[in-house]
Amino acid sequence: MSPAPSATGPVQGRGPQPVEGHGAGNPGQPSSTLTWSSRRLLDAILRVREVGIVAVLVVFVAVATSVQPRFIDPQNIKFVFSNAIIYALLALGETVVVLSRNVDLSVGSVLGLSAYLSSDLFSQVHHIPIVAVFLAGLAIGLACGAVNGAVVAVARVPSLVVTLATLYIYRAIDVLIVGGGMVVASTLPGAFLSIPTSSLGPIPYLAIAVAGTVAVGAYVLASFRPGRELYAIGSNPDAARLAGIPMGKRIFWSFVVSGGIAGLAGVLWAATYGTIDSTAGLNYELTVVAAVVVGGVNIFGGSGTVVGAALGALLLATINQALYVLGISSFWDPAIDGALIVLAISLDHWITLRLTRALRKGAVQHAT
Amino acid sequence: MTGFGTMQPVLSLEEVSKSFGAVRALEDASLELYRGEAHALVGENGAGKSTLVKVLAGVYRPDEGRLLVEGREEVFATPASARDAGIAVIYQEPTLFPDLSVAENVFMGRQPLRSGRRVDKAAMRRRVEDVLGPLGVKLDPDRVARGLSIADQQIVEIAKALTLDARVIVMDEPTAALSAYEVERLFGVVETLRNRGAAVLFISHRLEEVFGICQRVTVMRDGRRVLSQPLAGLSSDDLVRAMVGRELEGRSSHQGAEGGKTVLSVERLTREGVFTDISFEVRSGEIVALAGLVGAGRSEVVRAVFGIDRYDAGRVLVAGKALRKGSPSIAMAAGVGLVPEDRRLQGLVMELSIASNVGLASLGRLARFRLLRRAVEQRFAGEWSARLRLKYGRLSDPVSTLSGGNQQKVVLAKWLSREPRLLIVDEPTRGIDIATKAEVHRLLVELARSGVAVLVVSSETPEVLRVADRVLVMREGRLVAELGHEEATEHAIVAAATGQREVAA
Repeated sequence: MSPAPSATGPVQGRGPQPVEGHGAGNPGQPSSTLTWSSRRLLDAILRVREVGIVAVLVVFVAVATSVQPRFIDPQNIKFVFSNAIIYALLALGETVVVLSRNVDLSVGSVLGLSAYLSSDLFSQVHHIPIVAVFLAGLAIGLACGAVNGAVVAVARVPSLVVTLATLYIYRAIDVLIVGGGMVVASTLPGAFLSIPTSSLGPIPYLAIAVAGTVAVGAYVLASFRPGRELYAIGSNPDAARLAGIPMGKRIFWSFVVSGGIAGLAGVLWAATYGTIDSTAGLNYELTVVAAVVVGGVNIFGGSGTVVGAALGALLLATINQALYVLGISSFWDPAIDGALIVLAISLDHWITLRLTRALRKGAVQHAT
Repeated sequence: MTGFGTMQPVLSLEEVSKSFGAVRALEDASLELYRGEAHALVGENGAGKSTLVKVLAGVYRPDEGRLLVEGREEVFATPASARDAGIAVIYQEPTLFPDLSVAENVFMGRQPLRSGRRVDKAAMRRRVEDVLGPLGVKLDPDRVARGLSIADQQIVEIAKALTLDARVIVMDEPTAALSAYEVERLFGVVETLRNRGAAVLFISHRLEEVFGICQRVTVMRDGRRVLSQPLAGLSSDDLVRAMVGRELEGRSSHQGAEGGKTVLSVERLTREGVFTDISFEVRSGEIVALAGLVGAGRSEVVRAVFGIDRYDAGRVLVAGKALRKGSPSIAMAAGVGLVPEDRRLQGLVMELSIASNVGLASLGRLARFRLLRRAVEQRFAGEWSARLRLKYGRLSDPVSTLSGGNQQKVVLAKWLSREPRLLIVDEPTRGIDIATKAEVHRLLVELARSGVAVLVVSSETPEVLRVADRVLVMREGRLVAELGHEEATEHAIVAAATGQREVAA
């Protein structure tokens, strides 16, 4: 049966109106021309997001170096990297959570708890292998993450509230255990303390390892069903439910991953700083969320990459160090981080608005 | 199209009922779909079509009745189980993942895998191209879904159905937002689907489309099936009659004050892509109804008149003075009130007391030195509650404790207490029991008698007939008919709203 003519007259005459425009459609101009160009535009913007951070980074380094050539001393570069490593690692875990439209504010407290408990093992258990200490830190983190994930996924409490609560609870447990004490570097084995400091030229081996981990994380999120489903959940939860995605399960595991990574980061923190009291990792969650957002991950989920988040962490660490080297009071640090967040989010919003408008206009032109 | 009777339906509903509270949305509704047919489902707003679709989609579980797929009884616990049974639903507004690519949207939750359980992106892309190619659609599988036109979004949903090898494809008003070219393309798709042996359930208000592509039709009214037969031999007049069906309810005998002054005049109001070139007047003392199908743009017009939404062209004049666009407070100052469509979301502050809600639009009058006086508020609210015969416990009870009808009276009281010149009421009796409905109608008529101009948006034709002095009918963003008190019949309104102009009014 042919679709056009019918007993009651042709369909086209009283043509229905498309939402983004009016007038009869033009059969000679299929929508493909529009979709191609808009896709290219979007692709460019998405790529720009990571390229943009690298560009800001390069500009910053260039300016800082021109003012104070000491900025690109190998020693200084090494310092930037060792600062960035822990934030980049935490940002990786945080991104996994944020992609599904959640947030994990407890990472700083998990890091603190893991840092103390794992490094204390060296004095508790003689000749404990370093690997075992890392595994202990990982286990602590996984347990903390599992608690977060269970409450969010099963009890359906918003993650902002849950992890704000566990931020305090995990820190309280930390304070309870540590009391006024601390672990000092002299109780830690030299091999442990040299993990963050051994380097290939100015680049610590650890930085290479973290970069590798981020790359693996990016691959997993891009190429495996659970990863894609996290993006889907964050992009449109209703559609995710209709598509039969096991949302509770995915969200639970995203918190376990974030917790586990924070646990590992705790061990690295202990190795990096050597002195661990109950303030380890205090306020880290704010910098981590900042790095994630500055790195182009949408705070409402659905888009962004772990590579961007890690670059965001590197950018923040570079700025911190630059302020120090340039002799600017570190008082300005939080202000600059804050400005970057506002800038990143405004940019995101602006791009989305521009894009939506451009696409809608295109649709009208296409329709008329 | 004979011989369906001897075949086994690919999908059937047997005497399915579904209630929401006291409202029976479906009552012993039945439906049979056969392989290779395009089956139209038609009915007025609120006839139960959407509920039926949601039962098929696994979104609602029926209270009673059975659902059979290829003769076997099935219970759909989730939308995913309906999908696994081969039923694909394409909603009027598709639910896509805006951040993900077209190919990912098509395959989300069931991506093809290659070695190591990795998602096979190349296969995904290829299969989407394979499916879209024969449809003559050029859509890049790699582009993100954000910014796709509604038509292209529907194509993505159709691709989903095709890659699923769905046996049943339900299209819920798929053409409502499409251009003529896109409708043509969609019809081609339906034809292809039929030739593959799928059953297509096609829901549309546009009867010419129904006759254009469907072989059989089911008409629903008040949650029941009233007709199910081959389209051959039926006229669109037959369908309209079956859709309207019921006895006309009594209508008010009051005649509008013909000589009343023009209170509202809307001149060539246009909001791109939403409504076009809308002009009408409302005089003091008359009730004008804005009728039409859901999505025709009626609520959007009144929102623009009241200043909630902006518009691109045209003017709104109240008592001869142009209103600045986009400012509800200026509209209010000019004597306009709006009782919105969704009272729970837009009309009331559910947690606040009855008294506070009644007084909410009159705070200036209830305050002294900018401080609100509770006693005055109580007295004020008490007066209006009595005038509207509100049934309540105490005025300090939260408004959420009231029934739907009484909540609506609170919203009315809020606006009436401002003594407006023009009252706009959007769906005044949605979800209200019959007795309170009659009271609301009485109130509106009284209000008009007292000289207020009333503009009512309503999807319920009997209500329109009962209260309105004049009926404006909108279709697809345009005013298509203006019917006086005498000309306005249920038949004429439905015919104008669905575009069946050849049907004699």
